[in-house]
Amino acid sequence: MSGADAAQATEWPLFEVFVRPKAGLEHKHCGSLHAADAAMAVQLAREVYTRRQEGVSLWVVKSSDVTASDPGDRDMYFDPMADKVYRHPSFYVLPQAVDHL
Amino acid sequence: MYTQAMDTAPREERAALRSADEAAIEARFEARIDAGEFIEAKDWMPAHYRKTLVRQISQHAHSEIVGMLPEGNWVTRAPTLKRKTILLAKIQDEAGHGLYLYAAAETLGTSRDQMLQALHSGQAKYSSIFNYPTLSWADIGVVGWLVDGAAIMNQVPLTRCSYAPYARAMVRICREESFHQRQGFDSLLVMMKEGTAAQRAMVQDAVNRWWWPSLMMFGPPDADSPNSAQGMRWGIKRVSNDTLRQRFVDACVQQVAVLGVNLPDPDLKWNDERQAHDFGAIDWSEFWRVVNGHGPCNAERLAARVNAWEAGAWVREAAMAHAAKQAARAAAQEQAA
Repeated sequence: MSGADAAQATEWPLFEVFVRPKAGLEHKHCGSLHAADAAMAVQLAREVYTRRQEGVSLWVVKSSDVTASDPGDRDMYFDPMADKVYRHPSFYVLPQAVDHL
Repeated sequence: MYTQAMDTAPREERAALRSADEAAIEARFEARIDAGEFIEAKDWMPAHYRKTLVRQISQHAHSEIVGMLPEGNWVTRAPTLKRKTILLAKIQDEAGHGLYLYAAAETLGTSRDQMLQALHSGQAKYSSIFNYPTLSWADIGVVGWLVDGAAIMNQVPLTRCSYAPYARAMVRICREESFHQRQGFDSLLVMMKEGTAAQRAMVQDAVNRWWWPSLMMFGPPDADSPNSAQGMRWGIKRVSNDTLRQRFVDACVQQVAVLGVNLPDPDLKWNDERQAHDFGAIDWSEFWRVVNGHGPCNAERLAARVNAWEAGAWVREAAMAHAAKQAARAAAQEQAA
């Protein structure tokens, strides 16, 4: 096995990293990194993504475990909501006396 | 920093389109770019856009990683504990920047191993600036001030790059890079204001050696940058090499006055008409010599990276073996329970 082949065989799996910036807020995706396993991914995420107290909690998920919507389906998926203005409070024009509702 | 990729690659022609369908898809892509939309990893993109980005982002990542070497040279010899901890933090940042960028490049379908293989074989480039040696402690301050200063000039426009994963990585990097420049200036200021004549001379010597290579970091003049136009068109490059270089010179002139050093350019003077500083001719033959592998430290830098990769192979393999064993043990326990 050549050096490159050997390296290919041992490339660490990819993890997606999510950081909770402070208590009370949700975890937010911030990037990805390679690690041998999930425990190591959490440790590395701390070094790579929270060097300046950017977070108080970390999640890591194997990238291969993420199922995403297809960008090609974007219009089909999300456009049907564009004409449903009645789902927004601003659709309802009320008398000024009660307009703070 | 460090995105000379577009300039140092040979001029490239785009592949001819094969069908009307393909032309329509490409037109839609161009329209999204024109509308200032961001492109995400899974979106359709022209092969040439993808290739250009892989080259640029991976070169950028390599530069961050190789950029740790000239600084690492001074970790054990930093003059105080304070300066040592600052330097270590800065070097750790460079590693982090390299990792953000490798991850961004991987979203385009290349692998970490492929990128490292390209670096180690000499096929991929990194910024010319890291092929210069850091000869004195003042070099570390000057690298922070001038080299990171030039990098910031270069990188801020990239936070608006059309490729979103790259733009997001750049936002993070730019936020952190400002500390790099300020700590460099701060350490030089201490030497200039409180140091001995020998220390002041050391700062001046470092400025003399780093000034011109710093100007070269912005890449060749616009007229000699054949791939720039396409990069601009696609929102991969936002501001031209010469414009950024001019901004950098104008900013530095103010800073040297505060520091009390001279820039090694007898032709440097204010041009009232242009409302900018004129400066002397850059020796582009030196730039190309360094890019093509003949700078003072090219061989040393590459050897250090290859050695780190090869000597670390057993660690990577051991970590994988450990992870596999842990997983097998956990699975066996679950089965037993």
